Amino acid sequence: MAEAAFATNPQADAGSPLLSVKGLEAWYGESHVLHGIDFDVRFGEVVTLLGRNGAGKTTTLKAIMGVLPKRTGSVQFQGKELMHAPARFVAREGIAWCPEERGIFSSLSVEENLMLPPQVKPGGMSLDRIFELFPNLKERLSSQGTKLSGGEQQMLAIARILRTGAKMLLLDEPTEGLAPVIIQQIGHTIARLKQEGFTIILVEQNFRFASTVADRHYVVEQGKVIDMIPNDQLEANIDKLHAYLGV
Amino acid sequence: MFELLGIPPQALFGQLLLGLINGSFYAILSLGLAVIFGLLNIINFTHGAQYMLGAFVTWMLLNYLGVNYWWSLLIAPVAVGITGVILERLFIRRLYHLDHLYGLLLTFGLALITTGIFKQIFGVSGLPYQAPPLLSGGHNLGFMYLPNSRAWVIIASAVVCLATWFVIEKTKLGAYLRAATENPTLVGAFGVNVPLMITLTYGFGVALAGFAGVLAAPIYAINPVMGENLIIVVFAVVVIGGMGSILGSIVTGFGLGLIEGLTRVFYPEGSAVVIFVIMALVLLVKPAGLFGRTA
Repeated sequence: MAEAAFATNPQADAGSPLLSVKGLEAWYGESHVLHGIDFDVRFGEVVTLLGRNGAGKTTTLKAIMGVLPKRTGSVQFQGKELMHAPARFVAREGIAWCPEERGIFSSLSVEENLMLPPQVKPGGMSLDRIFELFPNLKERLSSQGTKLSGGEQQMLAIARILRTGAKMLLLDEPTEGLAPVIIQQIGHTIARLKQEGFTIILVEQNFRFASTVADRHYVVEQGKVIDMIPNDQLEANIDKLHAYLGV
Repeated sequence: MFELLGIPPQALFGQLLLGLINGSFYAILSLGLAVIFGLLNIINFTHGAQYMLGAFVTWMLLNYLGVNYWWSLLIAPVAVGITGVILERLFIRRLYHLDHLYGLLLTFGLALITTGIFKQIFGVSGLPYQAPPLLSGGHNLGFMYLPNSRAWVIIASAVVCLATWFVIEKTKLGAYLRAATENPTLVGAFGVNVPLMITLTYGFGVALAGFAGVLAAPIYAINPVMGENLIIVVFAVVVIGGMGSILGSIVTGFGLGLIEGLTRVFYPEGSAVVIFVIMALVLLVKPAGLFGRTA
């Protein structure tokens, strides 16, 4: 139903970008972190931001979400300019953010964490579907949020933004610090979400993982996007990518 | 059999009752401080003045408008809460990005100004407030005489404290409040209007102080400094319970009232300082307070 609603949106049909970021700059206090980020994401795509530590990937997501005190440039979502909107309006446009530190609330139970984000658009994922994707969560509903394992916390952090009806997800390093088997499970989840019509920006350090789920990769360096590599040309560009990431 | 250590039961239970009443005020006031500190990170030194304001609004409602005590229980907290909302919007809001100390200085200054204005208008001698007929009289429980007005304060305070605890710990609204206390940025990024929540939370915490003021009107003297003396003890209660803990402030509020009452029976000279002695001991053993979470 929600996908149908999106399909009737002329901008989604035309293959024009769902999200378009131009000349995005951002600051933490005095330090200038983003120096003009440009990229776009089409409807239904999974796009990664790759780059070294401190390149500005996490800051890019925060700047899109509007949780930074100072930013300039342009962020357009479905043709609407979000640059001057506070975070809560960005959320209500249907963009959901899963922060790097996961943000599970320790004074809330798993269930309260899951049910916390308000619905922003119709057609959010039902609880039954969420428990199908993340069966572990169902058994732990009454536990304290932060008593979950790292992997379960990551799943909870993703699960709670699927309920809201947001169709654009910003996932910040969902695999960080997790065991390979959990990483695999998160990879499957992201693939399933893509099938269901979610559009995803994924920040990753691990480009091996990124290559299993993404359509395109943007390389971020010193607060700028310096290259874009489609996933099917990843192998051909592997040396270049190694040089970018310094691995 | 009630002849404990040679103390007549009337005296013992009488003091325990007084202790419970003081505890009722400690509990409501420290609860309001805890709610405000949790979300706003501001130590609300205006709390005592807002309690005083609640009592004065009750007095004014009766004497200027003929509104009785029972309606005042509703109207006065709302009126005091609204003054809180205005303060938050006009002043406190500007301090969130600064150190705690600025909020403390601001609210302390506001308390001095408010108290000063009321001293100027009403003097310090105190105004009488006739308790409503339903609260006069009392019951003989056999071992002691229980005045209705005092029983009412304990019951009303306990109900309000428990209702507040329930809303914060067990409802969706409370989940937003707890989450925003931990990470307001993320809650805002979920689409919740956190600035509005902060304003209303401050208004609610202040309304609790106003409610305590209404309860105080028929049993204590209404005067501009009534909050100044009480609030110092309440801050000690908050320190003992743990800053920001909801249940902690309720339990320690009532508990310390009782301990103070008992001290008045067994060692009257110590009753004025016993709470501060306990505070010192708690700080030595558990600096975050009995119910406080160490960050």
